[in-house]
Amino acid sequence: MNSRSKCFARIIIAVTACGFLVYGTARGEVEIVLNKAVNICLECIGLG
Amino acid sequence: MKRKIVQIIAFGYSNAHLLNFKGGKIYQGKWKQFCNPGLNCYSCPAAGFACPIGALQAVNGSMEFQFSFYVVGVLLAFGVLLGRAVCGWLCPFGLIQELIHRIPSPKLRLKKIFLYLKYLVLVVFVFVLPVTATNYMGMGKPAFCQYICPAGTLQGGIPLLGTHEELRRTIGALFSLKMAILLLTIVGCIFIYRFFCRTLCPLGAIYGLMNKVSLCHLEVDKNRCVNCGKCKNICKMEVDPVREPDSAECIRCGACAQICPKNAIDVGLTKQDRKCRDAEKSV
Repeated sequence: MNSRSKCFARIIIAVTACGFLVYGTARGEVEIVLNKAVNICLECIGLG
Repeated sequence: MKRKIVQIIAFGYSNAHLLNFKGGKIYQGKWKQFCNPGLNCYSCPAAGFACPIGALQAVNGSMEFQFSFYVVGVLLAFGVLLGRAVCGWLCPFGLIQELIHRIPSPKLRLKKIFLYLKYLVLVVFVFVLPVTATNYMGMGKPAFCQYICPAGTLQGGIPLLGTHEELRRTIGALFSLKMAILLLTIVGCIFIYRFFCRTLCPLGAIYGLMNKVSLCHLEVDKNRCVNCGKCKNICKMEVDPVREPDSAECIRCGACAQICPKNAIDVGLTKQDRKCRDAEKSV
């Protein structure tokens, strides 16, 4: 991959990342993440 | 040395709530809606952020959604900026593995075929199982956390089971499996550098794929390179920086750039490093 196509790929991925972040936040995924993270995850500790 | 300091700071900010270990509580503040760039169990009492792999499975397996745009967006952002430099510089579990590897023992090489296992783990345990293996309500379980993640057992399981009598009573076969995987990881890390990182970590797989385009990159000046092979020999991840500067296994630790007698290797966001090293050498 030459430097020009790398640069192009970086821009595409950065724009996609921003779009995903905004869309995911807008549709309420952050609440699911927070809800999961603030409670003890029994699966994570090997009991679920 | 610089990298170790950054790793310790990253470990500290990821696990800042140390007093929670005493009461066996976990931090429940708003910061947990943000994902840590590295692997760090959110059920660890000290954890201040969400684990990106745990969060990804939580959303993928939720009733409302089958794909997490939010977490994938976070991973793409970290990936395009840093690639696997996250593993080398910011991942708390990466630091733990490096410390375990310091235990004196014969050091072994890893067969290349095992490097592909992490991609299988990523697809099956992080994306497919949480979406397909659902209960009657349509909710999937975080399969990677449940059946594999040794970070969860070490950082969350052991401290929480130590402080919660009611949780200890529910220990069963699953916990035995996870303890076995944790022991395998610890033993593997003693003999093989970053054993878990290279064989099983789905986060390493994601960042590894993004190493080819990440802004933090490794560059070799072929005009300066004398093919002495010192960079290949010093690399603990078993990468040849001259042949594969964009290797998915390179964690951008910078050991190759430091050892290079001709300053032909650059690791970082810019080319400033090489100019600085040249100036240092001339002084």
